[in-house]
Amino acid sequence: MIPLSWYLLLSAALFALGIVGFLIRRNLITIFMSIELMLNGVNLSFVTFAHQWHLVKGQIFVFFVMVVAAAEAAVGLAIIISIFRARATLAVDRIDLMKL
Amino acid sequence: MNGPLLFLPLIPLLPFAGFLLNGLFGSRLPKPLVTLIALLAPLGSLAIVVHDAYLYWSGALAVPAIEHSAPAWISAGTLHIDFGFVFDQLSLTMLLIITGVGFLIHIYSVGYMAHEEGYWRYFAYLNLFLFFMTVLVLAGNALLMFVGWEGVGLASYLLIGFYFKRTSAADAGKKAFVVNRIGDFGFLIGIFLLLANFGTLSFSEIATKLAANPGWQGGVLTCIALCLLLGATGKSAQLPLYVWLPDAMEGPTPVSALIHAATMVTAGVYMIARNHALFDRSPLALTVIAIVGTATALLAATIALVQTDIKRVLAYSTVSQLGYMFLGCGVAAYSAAVFHLMTHAFFKALLFLAAGSVIHGLGGEQDLRKMGGLRKKMPITFWTMTAAVFAIAGFFPFAGFFSKDAILYAAFLQGTNGKIFWAVGVFTALLTSFYMFRLWYLAFLGKPRSPELHPHESPWSMLGPLVILAALSVGGGWIGIEKFGGFLSPAVGPMPTKGGSSSLELTLSIAAVALAIVGWLIAHLLYFAKPEKPAQLAASVSGPYKLLLNKYWVDELYGAVIVKPILAVSRFLLEWLVEFAILGGLAWLLAGLAMLSGAILQKWQSGNLRSYAAWLAAGAAALLLFALVPWTSVLANFGIHLNLVHFYGAGR
Repeated sequence: MIPLSWYLLLSAALFALGIVGFLIRRNLITIFMSIELMLNGVNLSFVTFAHQWHLVKGQIFVFFVMVVAAAEAAVGLAIIISIFRARATLAVDRIDLMKL
Repeated sequence: MNGPLLFLPLIPLLPFAGFLLNGLFGSRLPKPLVTLIALLAPLGSLAIVVHDAYLYWSGALAVPAIEHSAPAWISAGTLHIDFGFVFDQLSLTMLLIITGVGFLIHIYSVGYMAHEEGYWRYFAYLNLFLFFMTVLVLAGNALLMFVGWEGVGLASYLLIGFYFKRTSAADAGKKAFVVNRIGDFGFLIGIFLLLANFGTLSFSEIATKLAANPGWQGGVLTCIALCLLLGATGKSAQLPLYVWLPDAMEGPTPVSALIHAATMVTAGVYMIARNHALFDRSPLALTVIAIVGTATALLAATIALVQTDIKRVLAYSTVSQLGYMFLGCGVAAYSAAVFHLMTHAFFKALLFLAAGSVIHGLGGEQDLRKMGGLRKKMPITFWTMTAAVFAIAGFFPFAGFFSKDAILYAAFLQGTNGKIFWAVGVFTALLTSFYMFRLWYLAFLGKPRSPELHPHESPWSMLGPLVILAALSVGGGWIGIEKFGGFLSPAVGPMPTKGGSSSLELTLSIAAVALAIVGWLIAHLLYFAKPEKPAQLAASVSGPYKLLLNKYWVDELYGAVIVKPILAVSRFLLEWLVEFAILGGLAWLLAGLAMLSGAILQKWQSGNLRSYAAWLAAGAAALLLFALVPWTSVLANFGIHLNLVHFYGAGR
């Protein structure tokens, strides 16, 4: 049996990778994917503890997070597409103004 | 209270009502209504005073009568001060003068101010003055008197600066106010000392306490008396604080007559007479008063010799005559001083009103050198003025003769010092006679010196008061000092008569009248018989002449020694210390603090999304660290024991 701490370390590593990606990448799509990475890192923790303590609450939380992430992906990708159409770029440094 | 009703509070309150009505609504009221209100107020006060005087002389009244108005004004610990109004012989005399002469001057003002801008404002101030003056005179304690004292100063300031568009008038008002403040400071210190030493401010209680301790002399009493004297010198324009009165002539002429000749400036004399029990106990203070009075009388009379502005001559003459009154107080002849106060109120008010009539008739000309030959053009003004001139010069049987003589006689009886005071006094009488006849000749006799002026006689609203005051100036002294002194003695003590005799009195009177005639003759010679002579004389003694013409340079001296240093220090304090260092420094400190914290905090608000996210992550990490590390045990390793019960909750 794999110890609990391994799962948690993997979860923390995924989350940290997500943060670093979010902070240092310029491409909007990459940043978006980093957010998904953070969400899934947290999901892994939930599932781990649900399994450990035999509680279903954690798994339900994971479903909620997935639903939110899916909705967010739909809205977010739509925004990204329209930004790309308007600005012809996805570098966040170039699109820090609301004005065209 | 027993005895008949005196309505004392109404005496000041009626003019105050007039002030409120005219002051608040005067600008919107029609002119006749303003006049009516302004005249009814002093007339009502006069009627009450006459009613009270009738009660007094019919014997239905026990004086001094005191009317208290409940509730008490100030009540703290053992100190009780109320709005007590005192009615005795002294305040009755003063009230008759103030309301009587005041009412006449109100009537005169209707004619004099008829075409002036701010008619209603003028009468509002005039009524306000009457309010404070009657409070001053009626006050039964020193604090209430101080209220009136300050109030008349305010009214005086407002009226001197009545033509406030003229810088000189505004400046003169300011000067009068500031110089009076110096005197008021002395008065206030005197009040505090009274409170500390007597525990009361009521005049009657102070007199009772003094009477109970016959051996109490000098010392702190001298100190109190000198402080009160400083107040009196400010209000009554004596050395060293007389400088404001000549400048006060910038006000309308009836104001000069009412405030700066007849009533307000005599407040100092009244105050000394009111506190005579105190002054009697301090021979040193009395001597100082006599010296101040004599010196002022002589100094002002010499300045008056060469002035060319008709009102300034009269102003210096007022200062000089007030000096006589102080001399009277200084030799403990208070009733003689009050007697002279009364006759002076008649003839000096008349002089100013007649001078106002001349100025009015000449369309505002005040320079004596441009007048002349007005006798034919203004006969009534001329004859009333003549009565006043003879009265002030001290000719028998005019009013001034009796009162001035009473003072000089009382001074003569006061040992060696008194002889000196008397000698200076009669010499001043000669000067007085000279400068008054000089004015008389220059203005009314001789040939007109300015053909471009077209003098005309004044309206009857102005001439009526002149005629009444002329009658008083002639006959106001016939009562004689013996009867008058007897009447006043319950309030101010008897006249000193030790070592006197009627033959001595007669001799001194003849000497004084002889000197007055000499003064008249010199004036006649110089300004009537040989009109070219004065200019030659002035040229031959140009040094003393310039000294007098420039009023001994006292204003310049005060300006250089007192005003300039004070202004410099004030400027320094205001502009450098307060404005720059305190206010400016504080403002810059606060502004700098705000800018510094802004400069630091604005780094966080970069507008850069990624830096926000980084701070967010760092914050989350810090929270995590705080929650996971067992701080209590970590710190305990370093010997620090934290009580975190409050933080984690008591249950943990």
